[in-house]
Amino acid sequence: MSDREIPRIVSSRWDLEDGFTLDRYEATGGYGALRKALEELTPAQVHEEVKAASLLGRGGAGFPAGIKWGFCPPGVFPRYLVVNGDESEPGTYKDRILMERDPHQLIEGMLLAAYAIGCGQAFLYVRGEMALAQERLASALNDAYAAGYAGRNILGSEFSLDIVLHWGAGAYIVGEETALIESLEGNRGMPRLKPPFFPAAKGLYLQPTVVNNVETLANLPWIVTNGGGAFADLGAEKSTGTRLFAVSGHVENPGVFEVEFGTTTFRDLLYGKQYGGGIRDGRRLKAFIPGGASAPWFYEEHLDLPLETGAVGAAGSMLGSGAIVVMDETTDAVRACWRVVRFFARESCGKCTPCREGTGWLEKILLRMLDGKGRPSDVDKLLDICDNISPEINWPPKQTTICPLGPSAVSPIASAVIRFRDEFAAYCGVDDGAVPITVPVKGKAYLAQPVSEAEPVGATS
Amino acid sequence: MARLSKENTNLAREIIDRYPVRRSALIPLLHLAQEQDGYVTEEAMEHIAELLGLTPAEVLGTCSFYEMFKREPVGEYLVNVCTNISCLLCGGEDLLEHLEDRLGITAGSTTADGKFTLEDVECIAACTEAPCLQINYRYFHKVSHEQVDALLDDLRAGRLAHEVPKHGTLARVRQQVPSDRRARVAHPDQSIEPVWLARNERASGAGAPSGGGAGAG
Repeated sequence: MSDREIPRIVSSRWDLEDGFTLDRYEATGGYGALRKALEELTPAQVHEEVKAASLLGRGGAGFPAGIKWGFCPPGVFPRYLVVNGDESEPGTYKDRILMERDPHQLIEGMLLAAYAIGCGQAFLYVRGEMALAQERLASALNDAYAAGYAGRNILGSEFSLDIVLHWGAGAYIVGEETALIESLEGNRGMPRLKPPFFPAAKGLYLQPTVVNNVETLANLPWIVTNGGGAFADLGAEKSTGTRLFAVSGHVENPGVFEVEFGTTTFRDLLYGKQYGGGIRDGRRLKAFIPGGASAPWFYEEHLDLPLETGAVGAAGSMLGSGAIVVMDETTDAVRACWRVVRFFARESCGKCTPCREGTGWLEKILLRMLDGKGRPSDVDKLLDICDNISPEINWPPKQTTICPLGPSAVSPIASAVIRFRDEFAAYCGVDDGAVPITVPVKGKAYLAQPVSEAEPVGATS
Repeated sequence: MARLSKENTNLAREIIDRYPVRRSALIPLLHLAQEQDGYVTEEAMEHIAELLGLTPAEVLGTCSFYEMFKREPVGEYLVNVCTNISCLLCGGEDLLEHLEDRLGITAGSTTADGKFTLEDVECIAACTEAPCLQINYRYFHKVSHEQVDALLDDLRAGRLAHEVPKHGTLARVRQQVPSDRRARVAHPDQSIEPVWLARNERASGAGAPSGGGAGAG
């Protein structure tokens, strides 16, 4: 962590009781960036600031927002802006807070994006289960329209934007951007095959569409007010600005923290007094998920890695959606693994066979183990199924499916089986005489060695 | 039970009008039907199909994909307990078991008096507040067994009517856009460059490398 003062870019109003109201938002500088953009900046200049900020998407994939905007083909209109507020990656809790406690900041971010890209209509897709967020956003939008911040001729300018508040109805897969577009068109939320067409070229109603995450857009008012350069001065390498991380599980002080991106380490976040505060009850760390349920697990030897996209990727996992889930030494690796896999099995949309069938089989085998009916061949069978879903079990994963949901189910299995194989074997006492199979594994995180020879946490085979 | 009421039909037309393509209003209208009846009835799906120019099968096709849409009546209170990873680590399964004992039912079923339906759900984005649950989609964070007992008592006695509206009601504030404030709905068939973009592109000269997305990054 650097010693300098780090601004709270997206969470500045979280502690205010009325931070969600228009009055408080205006009193704390709100809609100043919109005014500045409309009065002083062309759409191209707003786009330039976002590019200069090197703002990475905060939804999971981490693609630079400014570059994503630039993929809209020239001269093709209308263009649509779609906000992805369908937060549901296990461990992730940040977009809901942004929508509940500071809805106007998100709306202002949408206005700035729509101004820069040239969208006349935007859709704010909120997760169906988030009733309070929907309510706060509905009130905020009604107030914004009444005050002239949204709708026709915003603040008396030529810029007009209609924002439609829309919510889902319970489906994790809709967080995938093409599935979200399908859902917004009134269909079952199944991802579209891409390439050839990415949403920026042919998205909603087959028109150019930019899909941005809630936290990504919430950064825009600060970037436009302070300049993209000031944003890029924070952070390290490709990871600029600040970022929200939810630290949950076995820590003394679980919470959502805004920290400098790229310089803060996992150790800072998990053990720092002002953050996670250490492992609960003075216990030892067993493993942690660095970026949501889809990410391969990390261990003690990864604690000093910075929260930087490139560094975490090189070590074999990802920061994903900023969700860090901590497991202490009392955690049953098989049970934790089963629970995450069950999630993917339940949420598979069923479009691609390897995912639809594979996630179901993985869950069944793990459940069989937990029921005391595991067979010695089951451990390798799990890896074999993983290999069928994501060949070679590598990181980043290869896909046999349209979207990454299937390969995501491989992460917890490959992580837990390889690191804690003994625990799995202990569940597999029923001898079925099956011939062992060998499964190739390539991911760096999967191949990480136990912390110390003297005190093995588990054993790699 | 029933097609959409007259009032809700008018509301449905207002919602449809917000979208450039009618079918986009399908999920919002299914929510409206569930708000009216507590679940989505077949009659409501047929009515929605008429309003959107779809077949009832198309409406059912979408409806059946999404977990929140119930096609059978559920209890007055839908209790959703999260047991996904962060909650699992912090006692989510124990909380679910405790509720099963208290209500005398297993997850996925409804009490005989029709008061409570209990569900074992996936992550509801309250991971740092584990274990957590929702009742009719209202959050309760870091719930102890004692707290959940008190919560059930309060719900039975009707003391939480203000915090927990009936099943089907999500936001209690509706989006309302006065017609004179509305921008033109951008229909996909009308290829019109927004005026603020066109003016600025002219000002900065043709072939500007960015803004409006000219060029691929």
